[in-house]
Amino acid sequence: MQADARKLVTIVTEAALERRLVDDLKRLGAHGYTISDARGEGSRGARSAGWDASSNIRVEIVCDATIAAKISGHLRKHYYDHYAMILFFSDVGVLRPEKF
Amino acid sequence: MSGIDPIVLFFLLGLVAGLGRSDLRLPGSIYEFLSVILLLAIGLKGGAELARQSLGALLPQIFAVILMGALLPLVAYPLLRSLGRLKRADAASIAAHYGSVSVGTYAVAVAWLVAREIPYEEYMPLMLVLLEMPAIVVGIMLARGVSSQTDWKELAHEVFLGKSIVLLVGGLLIGWAAGPEALKPVGGLFFGLFHGVLALFLLEMGLVAAGQVGSLRRHGLFLAAFGILFPLFGATVGASLGWLFELSTGGITLLAVLAASASYIAVPAAMRLALPEANPTLSLTASLGVTFPFNILVGIPLYHRLAETLSQLGG
Repeated sequence: MQADARKLVTIVTEAALERRLVDDLKRLGAHGYTISDARGEGSRGARSAGWDASSNIRVEIVCDATIAAKISGHLRKHYYDHYAMILFFSDVGVLRPEKF
Repeated sequence: MSGIDPIVLFFLLGLVAGLGRSDLRLPGSIYEFLSVILLLAIGLKGGAELARQSLGALLPQIFAVILMGALLPLVAYPLLRSLGRLKRADAASIAAHYGSVSVGTYAVAVAWLVAREIPYEEYMPLMLVLLEMPAIVVGIMLARGVSSQTDWKELAHEVFLGKSIVLLVGGLLIGWAAGPEALKPVGGLFFGLFHGVLALFLLEMGLVAAGQVGSLRRHGLFLAAFGILFPLFGATVGASLGWLFELSTGGITLLAVLAASASYIAVPAAMRLALPEANPTLSLTASLGVTFPFNILVGIPLYHRLAETLSQLGG
């Protein structure tokens, strides 16, 4: 099975940012994204997802390395200082490369 | 124990379970569902009553209530800056929380009045809606100045299309358009179950409030003192306004409750986007960890007594 290499960008952040983040991702060239509710604990305290202000989301984007770099640069510049946010990459193989 | 509202006991149950680190938690979707029913129920009830009122006659009250929502943060801000020594953004954000309102507190106050068969002006949800917004604008101006770089368009979207406003205003409009008679078929869910839904909602709020206690320990006495004293001041302002407009004792109580309560849904979301540098822990600790429990357990009966005293003065 031939798989093409892409990057999986995973962002875990505050639910309050969802709409703004989705706009940013589209503008930066992401073809799609997946959002799920998340909970956990980090340097900004426990985020239990029990109610709005403590909700987290996990955003996943599969894209090429250039767009992945653009997304991480943009998020670092605009969100890292003031929001609970982490971002990490992994290498993934995809079967329909034209989708990403 | 008779005479204690069961909904208050549900809140205490949540609080005790949370403090005791019980693994009890309501799924987020259940909490959302409960909020949807409460917000719609409050909106529908107010809308049905509005259908009987002439909006023109309410205009002076509407104007005064909006003014109150804008002025409360202007009083809170210098106190937070000078006595609390808080940073500009933090003080502005907390001031906005206290100028705005808590639907949960309002719902408990309504249930409290209903349980005692105390009548009130049922169009009060209109005031609830009106009070959500002005404080947010004032808070942002306090933090950024008038010539700000705030994206007002995005903020307006966040405020006017935030789910609590959509549900409250939507409920008001549906109630107003349909009228009390036509609402009867849906009344079972929205009015019949109101107290049960509110009880479950308060169970969750108890858990959430318990979660704020840790940060209260860290952020000290000032927030605790502010979270109790400022609502007392707000209640006095709200009650006086209600008295000036010759509302019933129940109506004065509700206006006092609205002025005393601090937002924990709409304003935190708006502040997170508009003033990201403000620490949300500070404002939520005060509004949820201190003011909400204080209003539920002590405030509402106290504000009602104040309303009674004022009514007698007028009377």
